Amino acid sequence: MSQSLDAYLILSGLLFAIGTFGFLARRNAIAMLMSIELMLNAVNLSIVAFGAFVPSLAGDGALIALFVMAVAAAEATVGLAIVIAIYRNKRTPLVDEYASMRE
Amino acid sequence: MALPQTVPFIGWAWDDLIFLVLAGLMLGGGLMVVLGRDIIRSGLFMVLSFAALAGIYVLLGAPLVAAAQVLIYIGAISVLILFAIMLTQSKAGPSNLVFHHQSWAGALAAVGLAVIIIVVVIYTDWPGAATGVVASATTLIANLLFTDYVLAFEVVSVLLLAAVIGGVFLAKREDSPDPGARAVDEPTLGRLPAPRDES
Repeated sequence: MSQSLDAYLILSGLLFAIGTFGFLARRNAIAMLMSIELMLNAVNLSIVAFGAFVPSLAGDGALIALFVMAVAAAEATVGLAIVIAIYRNKRTPLVDEYASMRE
Repeated sequence: MALPQTVPFIGWAWDDLIFLVLAGLMLGGGLMVVLGRDIIRSGLFMVLSFAALAGIYVLLGAPLVAAAQVLIYIGAISVLILFAIMLTQSKAGPSNLVFHHQSWAGALAAVGLAVIIIVVVIYTDWPGAATGVVASATTLIANLLFTDYVLAFEVVSVLLLAAVIGGVFLAKREDSPDPGARAVDEPTLGRLPAPRDES
């Protein structure tokens, strides 16, 4: 089981689906960002799994996963800064209260 | 004393048992992140999920990625998210209604996505896939990083610099000339009271 590519890809797909649900269903902006992190981790898992199982990708998979981590760190920094900036104006972390761009 | 070749009483390989335990921890932690009512607990379960994923990376023969996972995700991103949670918690916050009213549609979409991914993975014959894990040597990764991927490496460094500047710019508060006036119209989020004017 731990030696088959399918097991890792299914695990990655399940984690991605969990993150999708959290992103669609949670009201808190930070909970949505956490769900995005889960989805990024799921994608990283599938990248590393392909790198480990396809011999011509040995090394490339791990390297691309490292780049994804760096980009995820940048995304978390800017995303959380935006959430804190909005919170400072609106006094609430709930995204369905952020309706001012509609009006 | 050496371990037996397979797990006693079950007969599995050790790798399979470790894989199942780590997968259960990761998916359980992820579910608790998504479904938990207390958002601080959600953040802590996210750390658990990341740690289990680091173990899976070790199982996949990528110890460098596992170390980076622990350093970046557990060490940096989780702490950043926990700080942001603590900055944006308020008493009038969401205690009873955690999900949107349309969350059933989100659940439907997520289940459909999971089913599609599982079906596609099972029915696809991945070309060129070996039957076992091939560990990636760290020297190979380092050589690739400074030959084939050197442009991406430099671009990532610029991106991180831009992210740092952008984060500081976005999260910085506008300086009001009088520090006492600021403390009146903002709730003190666990901060110390404003210093008294000495003059």
